[in-house]
Amino acid sequence: MSRRDIVKVQAGLESVAEQVLQLAKGRGATAAEVALSEESGLSVNVRLGEVETIEFNKDKGIGVTVYFGQRKGSASTADFSRAALDDAVRAACSIATFTADDPYTGLADADRMATEIPDLDLNYPWDVTPEMAIELATACEDAARSYDEQISNSEGASLSSHEGTRVYANSHGFIGGYSTTRHSMSCSVIAEDKNGMQRDYWYSVARDRNDLESALEIGNKSAARTLQRLGGRRLETGKVPVLFAADVAGSLISHMISAIRGGNLYRKSSFLLDKLGEQIFPDFVHIHEKPHMKKVLGSAPYDSEGVATYARDLVRDGVLQGYVLDSYAARKLKMESTANSGGVHNVLIEAGELDQQGLLREMGSGLLVTELLGMGVNTVTGDYSRGAAGFWVENGVIAYPVDEITIAGNLSDMFMQLQAVGNDIDYRGNIKCGSLLIDAMTIAGT
Amino acid sequence: MTETTGLSIESVQQLLLAPSGLGVNELERVLATIMQHDVDYADLYFQASRFESWTLEDGIVTDGVHSVERGVGARAVSGEKSGFAYSDEIALPALQEAAAAARAIARQGQEKQIKAWTRTAGHNLYLPTDPLSSLGDRAKIELLEMIDREARELDPRVKQVIASLAGGDDTILLLASDGTHAADVRPLVRLNVTVIVEQDGRREQGSSGGGCRRDYHYFIDEERALGYAREAVRQALVNLEAQDAPAGTMQVVLGSGWPGVLLHEAIGHGLEGDFNRKGTSAFSGRVGERVASDLCTVVDDGTLAQRRGSLNIDDEGVPTENTVLIEKGVLKGYMQDKLNARLMGVASTGNGRRESYAHLPMPRMTNTYMLAGQHAPEEIIASVKNGLYAVNFGGGQVDITSGKFVFSASEAYMIENGKVTYPVKGATLIGSGPDVLQRVTMVGDDLALDTGVGTCGKEGQSVPVGVGQPTLLIDGLTVGGTNV
Repeated sequence: MSRRDIVKVQAGLESVAEQVLQLAKGRGATAAEVALSEESGLSVNVRLGEVETIEFNKDKGIGVTVYFGQRKGSASTADFSRAALDDAVRAACSIATFTADDPYTGLADADRMATEIPDLDLNYPWDVTPEMAIELATACEDAARSYDEQISNSEGASLSSHEGTRVYANSHGFIGGYSTTRHSMSCSVIAEDKNGMQRDYWYSVARDRNDLESALEIGNKSAARTLQRLGGRRLETGKVPVLFAADVAGSLISHMISAIRGGNLYRKSSFLLDKLGEQIFPDFVHIHEKPHMKKVLGSAPYDSEGVATYARDLVRDGVLQGYVLDSYAARKLKMESTANSGGVHNVLIEAGELDQQGLLREMGSGLLVTELLGMGVNTVTGDYSRGAAGFWVENGVIAYPVDEITIAGNLSDMFMQLQAVGNDIDYRGNIKCGSLLIDAMTIAGT
Repeated sequence: MTETTGLSIESVQQLLLAPSGLGVNELERVLATIMQHDVDYADLYFQASRFESWTLEDGIVTDGVHSVERGVGARAVSGEKSGFAYSDEIALPALQEAAAAARAIARQGQEKQIKAWTRTAGHNLYLPTDPLSSLGDRAKIELLEMIDREARELDPRVKQVIASLAGGDDTILLLASDGTHAADVRPLVRLNVTVIVEQDGRREQGSSGGGCRRDYHYFIDEERALGYAREAVRQALVNLEAQDAPAGTMQVVLGSGWPGVLLHEAIGHGLEGDFNRKGTSAFSGRVGERVASDLCTVVDDGTLAQRRGSLNIDDEGVPTENTVLIEKGVLKGYMQDKLNARLMGVASTGNGRRESYAHLPMPRMTNTYMLAGQHAPEEIIASVKNGLYAVNFGGGQVDITSGKFVFSASEAYMIENGKVTYPVKGATLIGSGPDVLQRVTMVGDDLALDTGVGTCGKEGQSVPVGVGQPTLLIDGLTVGGTNV
């Protein structure tokens, strides 16, 4: 989409937003907020050198929340006709006649609204045609399939490109919008030996297609990762040091984020309850939230209540510095919103000295985890038990692949037993983390 | 469509097509434009859905959401290729645009004829009822408040109750180049309760819930809603006493009902037609082989009345079936949608499902369960010298290529010398799909299906499913606790 088209789309959404706020006011709502989005894109999957699917995506939606004093109701629709908007507002207002008075409900405080919307450089449209997408995905899969003769089958390579515009407005008078793009390429292949088949994948994702890894790199990495897994063995049950590779280590930090989220705190369903100002990691750990990183996937100028986002420390010298709060949870906890309605924006773990090789040497003998399976994480207690696959490491060197084991511990202990943070940060996700070395976890195997 | 379905295709067309003045003739012309290309099959899937949810926490219902969605998806299939586009506007220009995009998958070719419409007589497993209006909004709130009171009155250690009531219906209409002309109205309701309990500074949670393809009265009948509250409190209190779970490979007894998520992960996904057509499943090419002990017969059954995973017709207009996957330990067949069935030279088993009009269909499970065996559950527990008895689970996951699967227990006990002794903390169980059912040495006579809470995710699409099984003894499964 051209610059002018984007401006037009945003103006269109803003005018719908204003209509909705007017409709809510007309029905007697004392406050209202509305979020709209419009997205389009293309996804192509190529398998064994042939096109498998071409999907054209085109979505739009609107969500409105109305307040009558301290009572709240919400509705959503994808239909932007005047009649459908009125239906949605009426449905939300009707719900608000039944919900209970809640002293904590309402819009975020007016003085927290973003007053200027910084351009975070998030919009890099790519006029990719299906033919170009097919060509790239084919090159990517070809690279993987020709990497080694043990690559025996493929789930295919995919290319997708999406662009969207979002607008948020509320009855404080806030109205804001911005456009973003997201392009990704991935490849997943299968290798086979006498013990059976193994599959692995690799992907690259970016705001700007020029920042994507090349089709060749993605294909080669997916094949190399798959080959490494052939001949996986189980381990004996016992306690060993565990190194979480960077691309899975972020999940540990996401469990921490979940435990310091307002909803889990006021429901008292968090293993990090009342830990503000306390040591939850060793003192070499520093974790930041950086919502304004240019061109980065997790960036946002304001949160989903219009509150201006800002950079801050979540953990400094191992001590928890702040929670993850929207305005509702903040009021319940008698605190201030941390501009996290809708989630965190770019959580960054400060890099340590060593890369993954260095961390393997530091670990000596232990388990390198490269894949996690299942959802065995209890945020209330911190109890952690998940399926895992990876490599057994002896004297700092990978000895053989490992699968069909579990790793278990308690997140509070695992965080305090962190030995080192790698400098091999994986920037693809919203949580940007290097490899994490943990002193000891229980392996269940044979 | 026959009278017995309780559903008239005309009324569905009235709802989905009439507002934009579309008729079956226009749709036939749209399909015909797709078939001008070298396409084997094309379909148009119309959908209108309504959904609401009400949530209680801290003793009050603070939030309610109402949403509506409608749209149409156009698909063209040529060999192994699929072209797909959709629109959230049901109108001729949008439909023509979607059709033109979808057919781009194939070159222009000899135009194929669309077969004459044949109305599919689907099952009559549920009524085209409207859950949203089945209960007044005030009564919905009172139901949640009643759950809150019940949970708190049961035990003073209950500190928080979160309850949510959700319901909706999906109305779908399908027209396909193979002559399929089918419609369905699918109600679905669900109620969930989570409680947090606290004792001496230790906090634990318990969850329960249920649902089905009926209206909200299901939760009032037989005091089911209160039953979920009691069950959530019971589980949470058990967890307060739980000790560290063991680590290692041991005998595991799985309870009846929801623990059937084992079958869903270990066997079910690996038997979906797409993975087997592509040869990417650990079960590929193994029909006729022994993959389980002869005590095991496993089916995928979309024809159970009112069940969460049931459908009168699948999302390709094929009536669902009771498909035998494993019979007395031998692999019998796969679950198929139209595309994969055609490529494998078999018939669709009515397992073609999609999350919505905006998603491509693929082979998915419905209600997957193991048939009952001979043993009383007590007998099975008594046979175990030292092992784990796992009765409630959270979710699971599988790598269909290696066959490795996990599922996580949320309520479990140690068995010592044939007796259930003390509760242990939740732990993940891990195994290998083609191997685990070969180790089933006892099957209970207590087949039960889950209470209607399952949602399955595959390639980013979620669909409601059911699972079930009798009590099972697995002679050797890895338990991922912390206690070595």
